[in-house]
Amino acid sequence: MGSPTAGLAARTDARHTMIELTHVSQHYVDNQGALTHAVRDVSLQIASGEIFGIIGRSGAGKSTLVRSLNLLHRPSSGTVHVAGRELTALSPDALREARHEIGMIFQHFNLLSSRTVYGNVALPLELAGQSRTQIREAVEPLLELVGLAAQRDRYPSQLSGGQKQRVGIARALASRPKVLLSDEATSALDPETTRAILDLLRKINRELGLTIVLITHQMQVVKQICDRVAVMDAGRVIELGSVLDVFRTPQHDVTRALIGDVIAHELPSGILERLRKQELGAARLLRLAFTGDEVDRPLLSEAVRRFDLDFSILHGQVDEVQGQPFGSLTILTRASPATIAEASAFLAEHGVSTEDLTAQLLPAPSGSSSGASAPHLTLLRGDAVPLATEALNRVA
Amino acid sequence: MSPELLALFWDSFLETLAMVGTAGLVGALVGIPLGVALHVTDEQGILPHPWLSRTLGIVINAVRSTPFIILLVAVIPLTRVLAGSSIGTAAAIVPLTIAAAPFIARLVETALREVDRGLVEAAQAMGATNLQIVTKILLPEALPGIVAAFTVTLVSLVGYSAMAGAIGGGGLGDLGIRYGYQRFLPEVMLLVVLVLIAFVQIVQSAGDRLVRKLSHR
Repeated sequence: MGSPTAGLAARTDARHTMIELTHVSQHYVDNQGALTHAVRDVSLQIASGEIFGIIGRSGAGKSTLVRSLNLLHRPSSGTVHVAGRELTALSPDALREARHEIGMIFQHFNLLSSRTVYGNVALPLELAGQSRTQIREAVEPLLELVGLAAQRDRYPSQLSGGQKQRVGIARALASRPKVLLSDEATSALDPETTRAILDLLRKINRELGLTIVLITHQMQVVKQICDRVAVMDAGRVIELGSVLDVFRTPQHDVTRALIGDVIAHELPSGILERLRKQELGAARLLRLAFTGDEVDRPLLSEAVRRFDLDFSILHGQVDEVQGQPFGSLTILTRASPATIAEASAFLAEHGVSTEDLTAQLLPAPSGSSSGASAPHLTLLRGDAVPLATEALNRVA
Repeated sequence: MSPELLALFWDSFLETLAMVGTAGLVGALVGIPLGVALHVTDEQGILPHPWLSRTLGIVINAVRSTPFIILLVAVIPLTRVLAGSSIGTAAAIVPLTIAAAPFIARLVETALREVDRGLVEAAQAMGATNLQIVTKILLPEALPGIVAAFTVTLVSLVGYSAMAGAIGGGGLGDLGIRYGYQRFLPEVMLLVVLVLIAFVQIVQSAGDRLVRKLSHR
């Protein structure tokens, strides 16, 4: 786990734990009789009011893991606590009762085709044995909340994908849950609808204080609304931390590859190849990561003036993660180790982390094993000359 | 056609209606729960019970593979207990029902299998009991399929009821055999066939219309 930003840590600590998984494993015997481990020894805590993402490729075990949160899949071992109750220890009746506190939405919506929008949202309340009046009083505001009041008497087949998911969300909220589980809820939607549904989820999270656990294979989703994220691979959680930290300092190739879908984090392999062929001598390859307010400040030019730093920009990007600006810049510099150390210290003081990537300049092991760290092959036109510093110095 | 023959024709038509209607209704009352049982006790069902599922399946297949004319006489002891007699229209209804129930059960099972598993999962996530899953999810969602199954069953029963004459059950089929065939009255035979065709058409198109009305997929 990376070091969470101070603000987030304080916020998380101030809240109580809503969900706690302890050593959860899930294995089953498949059709061929082979033992398959879908989830391996996962322990994690999710705070109340948090939007927690679980990301991984298909088959990573995230779908099984999210179903262990409401015991649709009972773990083979380990315990699951939700809202202060140990679900794994409950009787079938008590478990059904506890499930009223955990709403769930699905990739394919899972709406009843035989019921109207209103009837679908009313279903969980009917199941709980509420009266017609109680149901009406609960359903109508929910339809307003998700913006479907006008469609209340339509059948799901008459709705668009985004509208269907809105019905799914309203239905999941009907029993006033404390937790909302989202199983790839936006994976069947187009990008624009995805954004609208995620905005709705965030609104619900803020207005109702709902804890949301969403699984996805789209880093874009995590980037847009999650507070923290767990990265899963082969049934294990291989990385867990605040979204900002995971984006800033991904620890695993899997994570880097997933992040690469939304932010070009790695130096394109073409550039790397080219650098490897050059006589670089003592040059260092550094990646500077900016977050928050530093993005706007002229820290770099300040460092350049102060330490007489000379460098060339190889690669860079500024994006937004969790509503915070987030950027990285990969530079090549021939400055002395002492100057670099001084400059890094200065930058670190202002919240810019420096990562030394010089090792990447060593010839790659034979074959095309640059692999996950450099998925894109592009050609660098022109030499990596320190034009950037020259320009900065001229202005200065 | 003489007025006597016409009166006989009308009576026979009512006998057919009684046999098909009663056997269809009672068959559905038995067959729908059987179909639900088959579906929920399946390995992939909400109440897996492979042993029970397999036994039910074998019994249902056994009844369905027995030719109706044999079933008709094979169940005579049971018919006597239930209908008080082994001959007549009431007596014919017993074997017709026994033939209809497993037929409906299989068709209902197929209709239930068409219900997306995700809906069951969603209901479980909402804390639904197994009974609620059956009554609030499976049956309503499969209703168009169940109505279609019932329609097919009624049409099949019209055919089966023609054999009821073998135990004195009467009906249009019996009339056709006794008067049209054995007494060489081709116009009776023709009328029987035409009325049955019209009857089946009406049942089928009413069923289709109801299915369309119920289906919102």
